[in-house]
Amino acid sequence: MNFFEMVRFAVRGLVANRLRSALTTLGILIGVGSVIILVAVGNGSSKQIQDNIAKLGTNTITVMRGGGGFGARAQSRNTQGKPLTVGDAVQLSDKKSAPNVKQAAPVSNATSVCTNGSSSTTPASFIGTWPSYFEAKNTKVVKGTYFTNDDVTEGRRVAVIGKTTASDLFGEENPIGKVMRCGGIPFSIVGLTETAGSNGFLDGDSLIISPITAVQRALTGYGNISSIVVQAKSAKVQDQAQIEIESILDKSHGISNVNSRDYRLLNQASLLATTTSTTKVFTVLLGAVAAISLLVGGIGITNIMLVTVVERTREIGIRKAIGARRRAILGQFLIEATILSLVGGILGVLVGFIGSNFMIVGVKPVIVPSSVFLAFGVSVFIGLFFGGYPASRAASLRPIEALRYE
Amino acid sequence: MAAVVVDNAPIIDLHDVVKQYGSGESAIFALDGVSLAIYPGEYVAIMGASGSGKSTLMNVIGALDIPSSGEYYLDGIDMASLDENQLAIVRGRKIGFIFQSFNLIPRTSALANVELPLAYQGIKIKERRIRALKALDLVGLSDRLTHEPTELSGGQQQRVAVARALVTKPALLLADEPTGALDSKSTADLLDLFDLVNAAGRTVVLITHEADVADRAKRTIRMRDGKIIEDTAKVLA
Ligand SMILES: Nc1ncnc2c1ncn2[C@@H]1O[C@H](COP(=O)(O)OP(=O)(O)OP(=O)(O)O)[C@@H](O)[C@H]1O
Ligand SMILES: [Mg+2]
Repeated sequence: MNFFEMVRFAVRGLVANRLRSALTTLGILIGVGSVIILVAVGNGSSKQIQDNIAKLGTNTITVMRGGGGFGARAQSRNTQGKPLTVGDAVQLSDKKSAPNVKQAAPVSNATSVCTNGSSSTTPASFIGTWPSYFEAKNTKVVKGTYFTNDDVTEGRRVAVIGKTTASDLFGEENPIGKVMRCGGIPFSIVGLTETAGSNGFLDGDSLIISPITAVQRALTGYGNISSIVVQAKSAKVQDQAQIEIESILDKSHGISNVNSRDYRLLNQASLLATTTSTTKVFTVLLGAVAAISLLVGGIGITNIMLVTVVERTREIGIRKAIGARRRAILGQFLIEATILSLVGGILGVLVGFIGSNFMIVGVKPVIVPSSVFLAFGVSVFIGLFFGGYPASRAASLRPIEALRYE
Repeated sequence: MAAVVVDNAPIIDLHDVVKQYGSGESAIFALDGVSLAIYPGEYVAIMGASGSGKSTLMNVIGALDIPSSGEYYLDGIDMASLDENQLAIVRGRKIGFIFQSFNLIPRTSALANVELPLAYQGIKIKERRIRALKALDLVGLSDRLTHEPTELSGGQQQRVAVARALVTKPALLLADEPTGALDSKSTADLLDLFDLVNAAGRTVVLITHEADVADRAKRTIRMRDGKIIEDTAKVLA
């Protein structure tokens, strides 16, 4: 009997046991499909977070108050040392001492309730800064204008606001040119920022950005600022820029020991690295859940295969009695198992690819190629091994033993 | 002892064959030293009480089972010297086996069932089809080719089984109580078929409990407790 014949026999065997064949295929399909989709969801959500971080700005380094490290030690150090000042931001903008810095902007965070008649809102962030902030943080104005360096020098109370703030205060009306009162002090609105969306914790559109001079005079006072946003010339020179920032601040803050710095740097790259590693954990977890479902599916397949062979032991006996050799029987059952697991696996991959086109719990799944190969490989292996093993046992029975099998 | 065609070598030649189940006190001798020679063209009926070892003997003759001791030559070949694969070839080419419980492959058409032994012999699909159709025609089932076993009556199923046994043109047709599950009409039809097969020169061995079935055979062997106790040839008129 040649290979082609065995395939014909296997197909005939599968068709003869239609329902069971379909169920086995379904089991494999679900296992493979769920692994692919779940891993894709994990991967997709991690990509999404990375995109959000990238949106925050490119080549950006944020200088914050407080020493390096975390926990109580870092906190106690927060109260010591020099605070960050607008002067630091001015020094960091110096092209000579910081050639790799494109621009820097001080950030002063205010907390205030803003009103327009009876409407009011508390912006998630109320930032006083310089115009360079917009480019460094990749914040774009889509309606109206940015404020200018002139506005900063003159301390004009102008503001660029986000969409949420605009709709809270002015509803559907065009906010440009209107006036809102923050802490009782009027700010005229000159621009509306591009929709940023929410990152899950903060509404990026609940936002007010004003000249730092105006914010300090009206709300926070001229003391310390919260942070300085620095943009490196390119991603390549980010490390050099960081070294320049450190040497400038070490000098102005009078720091001789690197370990006792009263500020710390947060760069986009390291933020990305941390979140990537956390979302990787998430993906691995989802993958583990999916792998368990594949395993359970595999046990189901094994069960069906075992039952199939046991139930067909008598049939195997008949086939041997009319002259089937061991090879022919083993071949038929192995090919049956292969077809089942291949078809189930391929359909599972198909379902995985189709399912990954849909948004799942707000995440756009992104398929991980290795998960496809792994799921497919495991399912085929399970099908072959657990279909092949009992078949080979049955094929070695003496015909009379197989025939007597009840 | 019967001696029908003495000048020929026996097709079945058993020497002191023993089949033992279990050991020691609880040992059962399903065959207890059976010696038997059957010559080509004979028509032999095996009778005996239930449990006397008839099926065991038939299974040994049909190469489905292996004796515990003794020698078995089929067509001059020492069966003990054959491996599993060679035994499968012998079963496929020399022996047609008919079971009391039909033993057709379930959910498979009558035609496919009859083609199966030819497929295992590696015969081409076209020739397979022609021979299977011919065998089914011989048993009068040309109008039931696509029916599956569950769609056939007992008698029809047994006829499919006979067609499957005959399609390979075996020298030896073995039947273990082939009429046990059939009514008198089907039994008569089947026995007519056996007569036909035997008339064509094939050796037929069948097990039966019914005297009138055994009557159709030319030689009757009686068994008791794993031994042959009587072996009579019909005196030909
Ligand atoms: N696999 C087995 N294990 C143990 N004992 C067995 C086995 N097969 C058969 N026997 C025993 O061997 C003896 C002969 O059995 P066998 O099937 O040959 O009887 P039989 O003559 O065909 O009976 P029947 O007319 O009922 O079919 C019986 O006593 C039976 O119990
Ligand atoms: Mg019996």
